[in-house]
Amino acid sequence: MGEESARAEADPLSGRGGRRTITQMVVVGLIASVLGIALGLIIDWFPTQGSKQAEKIDTFWDVLIICSVPFFVLVTTVVLFSVKTFRMRPGEEHLDGPPIHGNTRLEVVWTAVPAIMLVALCSYAYITLHDIEKAPAASLGPERQITVNGQQFTWTFDYDEGGKKFSSAQLYVPIGRSVKFNVKTKDVLHDFWVPAWRMKIDAVPGITTDYRITPTRAGTWPVVCAELCGLGHAFMRQTAHVVPQADFDKWVTKMTTRTAAPAPAAGGGAAVDAKALFTQGETTSGATACGACHKLADAGTAGGVGPDLDQALKGKDAAFIKQSIVDPNAVIAKGFNANIMPDNYAKLLSADEIDALVKYLGEVAGK
Amino acid sequence: MTATVRRPGWYRAAFFMTIAASFSVGLSWLVRMLYGHDKFAHFLDAESFVLIGMFALPIAFLIGLGCFDYWFYWAAGRPTRPEDHSAHGARSWKDYFRPNTDHKVIGIQYTVHSFFFLFVGGLMAMLMRAELAQPGRQFVDSNTFNGLFSVHASILIFLFIIPVFAGLANFVLPLMIGAPDMAFPRLNALSFWLLPCAGVLMLASFFAPGGSFASGWTAYAPLSTTAPLGQMFFTIAVQFAGASSIATALNFLVTIITMRAPGMSFFRMPLLAWANFSTSLLVVIATPFIAASQFFVLLDYALGFHFFDADKGGDVLMYQHVFWFYSHPAVYIMMLPGFGIISEVLSVKSRKPVFGYRMMAFSLLAIVVLGFTVWAHHMFVSGMQSWIRIPMMVTTAIIAVPTGIKIFSWLATLWRGVLRLDTPMLFALGFLTMFTCGGISGVMLAMVPLDIHVSDTYFIVAHIHYVLFGGSLFTIFAGVYYWFPKMTGRMFDDRLGKLHFWTTFVFFNATFAPMHIIGVNGMPRRVADYSDQFATWNLVISLASFGLGLSTLIFAYNMVASWRGGARASANPWRALTLEWQVSSPPPVFNFDQVPTVVGGPYEYGVPGAVHGIFGPAAPAEAKGTPAGTHAQPPTE
Repeated sequence: MGEESARAEADPLSGRGGRRTITQMVVVGLIASVLGIALGLIIDWFPTQGSKQAEKIDTFWDVLIICSVPFFVLVTTVVLFSVKTFRMRPGEEHLDGPPIHGNTRLEVVWTAVPAIMLVALCSYAYITLHDIEKAPAASLGPERQITVNGQQFTWTFDYDEGGKKFSSAQLYVPIGRSVKFNVKTKDVLHDFWVPAWRMKIDAVPGITTDYRITPTRAGTWPVVCAELCGLGHAFMRQTAHVVPQADFDKWVTKMTTRTAAPAPAAGGGAAVDAKALFTQGETTSGATACGACHKLADAGTAGGVGPDLDQALKGKDAAFIKQSIVDPNAVIAKGFNANIMPDNYAKLLSADEIDALVKYLGEVAGK
Repeated sequence: MTATVRRPGWYRAAFFMTIAASFSVGLSWLVRMLYGHDKFAHFLDAESFVLIGMFALPIAFLIGLGCFDYWFYWAAGRPTRPEDHSAHGARSWKDYFRPNTDHKVIGIQYTVHSFFFLFVGGLMAMLMRAELAQPGRQFVDSNTFNGLFSVHASILIFLFIIPVFAGLANFVLPLMIGAPDMAFPRLNALSFWLLPCAGVLMLASFFAPGGSFASGWTAYAPLSTTAPLGQMFFTIAVQFAGASSIATALNFLVTIITMRAPGMSFFRMPLLAWANFSTSLLVVIATPFIAASQFFVLLDYALGFHFFDADKGGDVLMYQHVFWFYSHPAVYIMMLPGFGIISEVLSVKSRKPVFGYRMMAFSLLAIVVLGFTVWAHHMFVSGMQSWIRIPMMVTTAIIAVPTGIKIFSWLATLWRGVLRLDTPMLFALGFLTMFTCGGISGVMLAMVPLDIHVSDTYFIVAHIHYVLFGGSLFTIFAGVYYWFPKMTGRMFDDRLGKLHFWTTFVFFNATFAPMHIIGVNGMPRRVADYSDQFATWNLVISLASFGLGLSTLIFAYNMVASWRGGARASANPWRALTLEWQVSSPPPVFNFDQVPTVVGGPYEYGVPGAVHGIFGPAAPAEAKGTPAGTHAQPPTE
C-alpha cells in the first residue's frame, strides 16, 4: 500500500502517455479505421440481392459498418497502446499510476456522442423500415397476395390468380411486381425466409403474419425455414422462382389446367425413374425428396429424420407402402412421432409416380 | 442403522428419495384411478409418475441431505438447537459434500460445480461441431443434434454462467464488504444444493424416451408443449435453477444492504459489490417470469391447459413475451457480475483508481432499469404487433450508452497506469476488445431492418458467443485467476495461464468470427445440415472449435496442479486495497478476527498513504476519509 511512495521526487513515470503518444494513437486509429471500413465494405457479405427491399437493407448494413468499425478500432487501439506504453517494466514493480479519479468533461463527451449517434441510427433505421414495408402505389393495380402455409416440414403456397385458386409447393413470382405473403402455419412455429429477398417473418399458429417484397432479379432462390420447428427443420428448404411476367402467366395456366384435368396427362410421359424421385424429389410440384429424411441403402441416402426404410418396410406389402406415402399418420413406426412427415404427397405426386415409388420400395427396401 | 438413516446426509437422502419415488407412483396411480383412467392396466403410467417424481425426488433429496432441518425444528416448536457452528467451514474434502453454511465453502462448491458443467456443455459443443464439419449427416441424427444444442445452451446458461458468478461473489463479496458471512447462511447452503438437482435433471433428459429436450433453450411453444417427455426435464430443471438464483439474489441484497462494515458507505463499496447488487435486483424481479413461462408449458403438456394451443384460444406469442421478459434481463444477469470483476482486476493491475467510479455505479443501475424495457427485440420477426418494434429498437440502442460509459471508463483506467500483464489482466483486456465486438453486433441487431434478415441465423450465434464467451467467460477466467490465491492459498502457474489466454483468444476468434459471415450470407442456426455453399467456413469453424476445446484443458490442468502443489500465496499478492486481501489466504473460518473499519475508497492506488479499511478501533482523524469517485484533481504536469 503506502510503501515507497509511488511518486518519488523525480517521477519515474513522467513523460508517459503524453501528447506524442496520443498523436501516434490517433494516426494509427484513423488508418486502422479506414482499412477496417474498406475491408467491411469489400467483403461480399450478403447472398444475391434479389429484391428492392434487399437493396435498402444492404445499404443500411454498409452504414452500420462505417459507424461500427471506428468504435471497435478505438477500443482496440487504446488497449494496444496502453499495453505498449504503460506496461510494467523491470524496476517498476512497486510503482503506482497517478491517482486520476475521473474527468467530467470526458465523461460527458463519451455519454453524449454515442447517444447522438445511436439516435441518428435509429432514425435512419425507422426510415428504412418504413420504406421496405410500404405498400405499392395504388395506381399499379392490386398487389398480388400469396398465402404461405408452413407445416412440418414443408411449405405450400396458395395462389388466387384472377379468381382461379390453386396451390403449389413451388413458389413462383413475376419479376418487378410487388407481392405480399400472408404467412400461416398448420402446426408449430416456422419462419418464411428467402435470403435473397432479405425479409423474414414467423408463421404463428392462430394468426396470419405478412410481409411484402418486390423481386428485382430473375432466378431460383432457396426458401429456408428460419425458426426451429422440430426434427426436419434443417431440411425444410424449397425453391422460389422469380420469372418474367410472360413465363409466370404460362406457369399459372399450366397449374390451373392441371388442377382441372389431372391424372390422364401424366400417363403418356416417359417412365418414372423412381430412384431419382426418391433421392431428388419432384421438382415441378415441389415434393420433398424421400431421401432427405429416410435412410435407404439402395438409394444411398443417410436420412435420420424418419424411420430407416430398410427396416420399416421390410416384408411389407404394396398396400402398406402406398398408405405410408399418402397417409403417413395411419401407422407410425415405433420411436417416431405422428405429424412429422408431410401428408400432401398424394397431391404433389401423380398416381404413376406414387405407383412407381411403391414398386421401387417394395423391390429394394430391406434387401 | 436407524441412526444412519436419521442423521442428515447422503444415506438419509437416498432413503427419502425411495419414499418419494413410491409417493410419485402412488399419487399418479391414485389420481388416475379417481378419474377412471385405465385403472389397473397401466397403473405404472410412466409419464405421470416421472413428472411428479421430477419434483418429489429433488425435494426429498434436499430434505434428506439436511437442507431444511433447522427450519423444520424451528417450525415444529422444538427447542431451537444452539448454533455450534458445526456445519460451518471445511476441515476435509467431505465437508464440501454436505450443506455447509460457510460462504467460502459454498463459493468453492458453486465454482467447481459450475466448471464441471462448463466441461460437459463444452463437450456437447464439440460433438455439434464434429457433426457440422461437413454438410450432410455424419455422427448424430437430427433428434440428437437438436437435443445437443438445446442442452448445451441450457447447461451453460443455467448451470455455468449464472451460478459461477454467484459462486465467485459468494466467496468474495462478504469478505469485500467486511462481513463475517452472508446474511442467511442456511438459505445460502440450500441455494447451492438446488443446483445439482437442476443439473442432474438436464443431463438425465438424454435417457428419456424420445430423447432429450430438443426445442432450444428458448423452448418456444407449441413445439415444446407437443414435444416428447424429455422437454419436461428442462421445464422442471429450470424451476430448481431459478429458485436457486432467486434465493441467492435475495441473500446478496440483504447482505449488501445490512452487513457492510462500519464506514463502508454505498459509494465506498468495491464495484463488484455494486455489480452484484444490480444483478440481484434483476434476478429477483425477472426470474419468476421464466418460472411462470415454464409452468405454463408444464401444464399445457401434462394436463392439457391449452395456454399455447391456438385452436383452443391459446396465445403462442404470449409465451415469447413472458419468456423474454426474463431472458433478456438474464443477459445482463450473465454480464453485470463480470463487469464488477473487470473493474477490480483492471484497477489493481493498472495500479490506478477506477476512472469515474460514480458513473460506473450509476451505469450499472441504468442497465438494470433499461434492461427491463428491451425484451421484445428478440421478437422483431415473431409476428407481434409491429408498432412495438420501434420503441424496443430505441431502448435497445440506448442501453449501449451506459455500457459504452463502462468501456470508456475502463480504457481511461488503463491510461497512464503501470500495467501488470499477468493472466487475470490479459483476460480482462481480452474481454474489453471481444465484448466491444459483441456489443457492436448487438447494436446492429437492435436495428429492425437488419435484424429482419439476420435473426435466427449464424450471425446471432456469433453475437451471443462474443457476448457470453468473449464477454462473460473471459471475465470468469479473469476472476478465477485473480482470486485463485485467495480461495486456495496457492499461486497458479502464470506461464500456463498466459498460454491458456492466448490459445483461447486465438481459437475463440477463429471459431466465432467467421460465423458473422456465414450468418449474413444466409445460413440459419439450429440446423444439423446446411447447404454446400457454407461447407468451407464450417470446416474452418469446426477445426478452430476443437482448438478452443483443447485450450480449456490447459486451464483445468493449471487449476488442479496449482491447487495441489502451487507455491503458497501470501495474504495480498496483488497489493490490492480491498478488504478480502487484508486477511490471510485462504481466509480464517470467520473471515475477520476483528471487524474492519472502512475509511476510504476501495481503489485509491497512487494516493500516498491511502487505506481502504483498517482493523481495530477507528482512528478517523489520521485516515484520508474520501469516498471513491470524488473527482480529486489529478496533479497536472
